[in-house]
Amino acid sequence: MTTTAPAPAAPKPVEPGAEPPPPERTRVSRWIPAAGVVAVWIVVWYFTKGTNTLALPGVARTDLHDELTEINNALLAGRDTNPVMQFTNSIADMLRSAFEWVQRMIVVPSPPRPVPEIGWLGVVAIATYIGLMIASWRIAVLVCLSFLSFGVLGFWQDSLDTLIVTGMSVAIVVVIGMPLAVLIGTSPRANKVVTVVLDLLQTMPTFVYLLPVVLFFGIGVSAAVVSTIFYALPPLVRIAGFGIREVSTTTIEATDSAGQTYWQRLRKVQLPMARKTIIVGLNQTTLAALSMATLAAFVNGPGLGKPVLAGLRINDVGAAFVPGVLIVVMAVMLDRTTTAASERAEKVARGGGGNVRMRRIVLAVGAVATLVAVYLSRTYLSLAEFPVYTIGDRLADGVNEVMDWVTDTFGGVTEVFKDFVTNWLLNPMQSLLAESPWYVSYVAISALALVFGGMRALVSTLVCLTGIWFFDLWHDAMITLTMTLVATVLVMVLALVFGVWMARDRRFDLGIRPLLDAGQTIPPFVYLIPVLALFGPTRFTAIVAAIVYAAPAAIKLVADGVKAVSPTTIEAGRSTGQTTWQEITKVQLPMARGSLVLATNQGLLYVLSMTVIGGLVGAGALGFDVVYGFSRSEAWGKGAAAGITIVLLGVMLDRITRAAADMRRDDGPGPRRAFNIRLPIGPPR
Amino acid sequence: MTAALSVDSLWKIFGPRSDKIIGTPDAELSRAELKTKTGNVVGVRDVSFDVAPGEVFVVMGLSGSGKSTLVRLLTRLIEPTSGTVTLNGMDITSASESQLRDVRRTQVSMVFQHFGLLPHRQVIDNVAYGLEVRGVSKKERRAKASEIVDLVGLTGYEMSYPDQLSGGMQQRVGLARALAGDPEMLLFDEPFSALDPLIRRDMQNEVIRLHRELGKTMVFITHDLAEALKLGDRIMILRDGAIVQIGTPDEVVAQPADDYVKDFVSEVPKAHVLTLKWVMRDPRPGESMDGPTLPVSTIVRHAARAAIASDAPIRVLDGDRLVGVVDEEDIMRVVVAEEAV
Ligand SMILES: Nc1ncnc2c1ncn2[C@@H]1O[C@H](COP(=O)(O)OP(=O)(O)OP(=O)(O)O)[C@@H](O)[C@H]1O
Ligand SMILES: [Mg+2]
Repeated sequence: MTTTAPAPAAPKPVEPGAEPPPPERTRVSRWIPAAGVVAVWIVVWYFTKGTNTLALPGVARTDLHDELTEINNALLAGRDTNPVMQFTNSIADMLRSAFEWVQRMIVVPSPPRPVPEIGWLGVVAIATYIGLMIASWRIAVLVCLSFLSFGVLGFWQDSLDTLIVTGMSVAIVVVIGMPLAVLIGTSPRANKVVTVVLDLLQTMPTFVYLLPVVLFFGIGVSAAVVSTIFYALPPLVRIAGFGIREVSTTTIEATDSAGQTYWQRLRKVQLPMARKTIIVGLNQTTLAALSMATLAAFVNGPGLGKPVLAGLRINDVGAAFVPGVLIVVMAVMLDRTTTAASERAEKVARGGGGNVRMRRIVLAVGAVATLVAVYLSRTYLSLAEFPVYTIGDRLADGVNEVMDWVTDTFGGVTEVFKDFVTNWLLNPMQSLLAESPWYVSYVAISALALVFGGMRALVSTLVCLTGIWFFDLWHDAMITLTMTLVATVLVMVLALVFGVWMARDRRFDLGIRPLLDAGQTIPPFVYLIPVLALFGPTRFTAIVAAIVYAAPAAIKLVADGVKAVSPTTIEAGRSTGQTTWQEITKVQLPMARGSLVLATNQGLLYVLSMTVIGGLVGAGALGFDVVYGFSRSEAWGKGAAAGITIVLLGVMLDRITRAAADMRRDDGPGPRRAFNIRLPIGPPR
Repeated sequence: MTAALSVDSLWKIFGPRSDKIIGTPDAELSRAELKTKTGNVVGVRDVSFDVAPGEVFVVMGLSGSGKSTLVRLLTRLIEPTSGTVTLNGMDITSASESQLRDVRRTQVSMVFQHFGLLPHRQVIDNVAYGLEVRGVSKKERRAKASEIVDLVGLTGYEMSYPDQLSGGMQQRVGLARALAGDPEMLLFDEPFSALDPLIRRDMQNEVIRLHRELGKTMVFITHDLAEALKLGDRIMILRDGAIVQIGTPDEVVAQPADDYVKDFVSEVPKAHVLTLKWVMRDPRPGESMDGPTLPVSTIVRHAARAAIASDAPIRVLDGDRLVGVVDEEDIMRVVVAEEAV
């Protein structure tokens, strides 16, 4: 029985006869007390710096870290008797054999045959046909060319492995995620519970769940699939759940009043009306899955991530470049295909979709051609195994040459920029945060949290900071925090400049938005490649990669927020004769403040997670601890502690910014709702 | 004749632990006081009324007075906090899920202010939705639906999608959907508030026509007094969830129960609503008693011409019995001064 009632209107209706609202206390800008806190901090720092910093040199460990390692070892030793581990291991086995079965179908020799069941020609034909079937001939061409590029550039097997991992994960995510989406879409209580879990999953940088996943599922393909599932689940559940929840209450009531059952409501009303949103969720989930599937190279997952990682490890940009490009090709292919498929489905549902007979004929012919291709690929060796081309290698060499030239020519410019940021932002801040005695930083950060986020933020901050202190990585945590803050400041500068520009200039918006969209579909791994080439392996490289990665989302949020400022307000302002600068600073930005806070929140979380991936390219601190923990079994405990510390940092920053957003009374439902669904999700962090 | 719908001491209180309030002294508090004290909002407060078969029963009140809540309680789209609703002798408040579904499928249909159409379905399938959830075969339900589409004047738009129609046409679809299941009773929740005045008048006439042709019982929610007077056999006025007055249109206009209602009806052109019953008086001694006769239910405005034409006062008859007289002056007082009552 539904109890859906007309939802109370968004701004709470003032009850007739109610007291007038208490006059608003005049708000002192929060920046003034914040500046006060920082000033006191600097003074204290000046007299105490370098003492009690809790610094732990490079590979040193504490007892706590060794205890964590012990726990890990004990769990691993009890693998065959521990029922939980037995269960997870059997799941891992199942996933592995499913993966291997698909592999034998399309990429690796399937004994007794020396080649797969379906050779490359058949695979390309089937993929193309699927593109034709669910979308259009244009998409079919795109799919065909993408697949050919996988082979021609020399990464046929790796590419297909990545696709298999992505596909398996998405399939499982849909099976688990759609019921969850329905649950949170229809029950507010379930929504609250699930949202808390999803929040946690989404503030957690990817690396952090790789550690426990490896513990329970071993390394290799099973770990890749499981971590991809964890990573790709939240977008689908959130977005689809949001779509279901947003189905108009009037329509639900109207159809309820016709006497429908629960299932009829779900099947005939909620799911069809939420379909567009659900497909957006599917699209986001697919892209997230692809990103995570490539990152899973860290846990020895198969696919394109492996050559990228290998290239990055030995600082060979050219070698990482080609598989990196293929990841982008794959992302574009998946993105366009799912988008076009949803557009087509929409059209067909509305009775459009062009000439039905013509389409049937095309599909029939295509089916026959595909079958012929599959048959041929089973018969001729040269159509079964992708021929070897050297173009990929030559491309890699070419890239290396170009990169050398670029660094030789522009090295000076990039150096200047790098030195500027390092000397003027990074070093002073790091000195203040990390070289203060730990309790000074502790108090100062808590005070700032109180200023910006109020009591709620203070409580979370105290809990998180205490946790960070407990895990014995205080100094590293402060360095990572510094890098995160610096990168976020730079992200916000970019976001303000480009966001306002986009909001004020439609043509600029049209021009740059596709670039930003593309930026968001590219797995973060790929960003490291050019940045590494330009700046070499340093702290700064990690920061730049993080900025490049986080900027698109932040820019879009700011642009949309500024654009949403009501034109009437702007006109009213203009009629007073304000200048453009006044209009931006006095009307547009203040009114878009909710979006700015949201952009900051997202920027922080994106950046934080990327600084961890940056551990690979010289980010040091926590990022290094995690990466090192992966490679040395005796350092596992320290890596795990670093992972947990990162989560704590993430939760702390998230809570403070959220609370800061909530403290503002006048940011409409827009930003707050965006907080609840976190759209757009973008690539993994 | 038994009532088609009978509502007895119905309450709806929104908020936490709302069931703990009725019967306590808190229930006597005003809505604002209760809100401050317990955080609960009274949607509907102790409402009882009967609707006769074939009657058009209008519920009126300002925004927030609980009209929508009340109408949703009738088929338990919202669960009542206490009280009973009886529909054709069946107790809705204690009905099981499946009984309730049955009632909604066959006995009562509803039309909503914001239409609530399914955007992904054509008009015809929107209209047939009620039949579809009952399990009627596609061919049969489409045939029935296209009949109804014709009835509400949407012939030719069967294959359109709702967003291709104007607001008035969309509401016709809503009306058709409600009629398709051939229910005995129709509930309307401010169905025409979202339409512009001309279309609204068309739709009102449409409802009057359908009522005349099909004779269904109707419960009609509106906040527009003119609409209430035009459509209603009886009008119930709500304020803060409680009944202020129930009566025929002329009763409400002539004898408002309190200042709230008086305020409501103050703008009404009374001559268009009041009958002679409310303006007649006893004949004065020596008055000529050979004027024309009119029945007591004649609307004042319609009596004006006769009153002006005749020198003698009009004799007002209830059946054959003389119940009073009115003269030109009595009528002018209503028509011009608008302060007679
Ligand atoms: N789900 C709910 N939860 C809490 N309060 C509610 C809920 N639904 C309605 N109310 C409150 O109950 C009261 C009556 O609302 P209702 O929607 O029935 O009024 P209405 O007479 O239909 O008004 P309108 O003319 O604006 O449609 C209002 O004060 C409203 O705030
Ligand atoms: Mg209402």
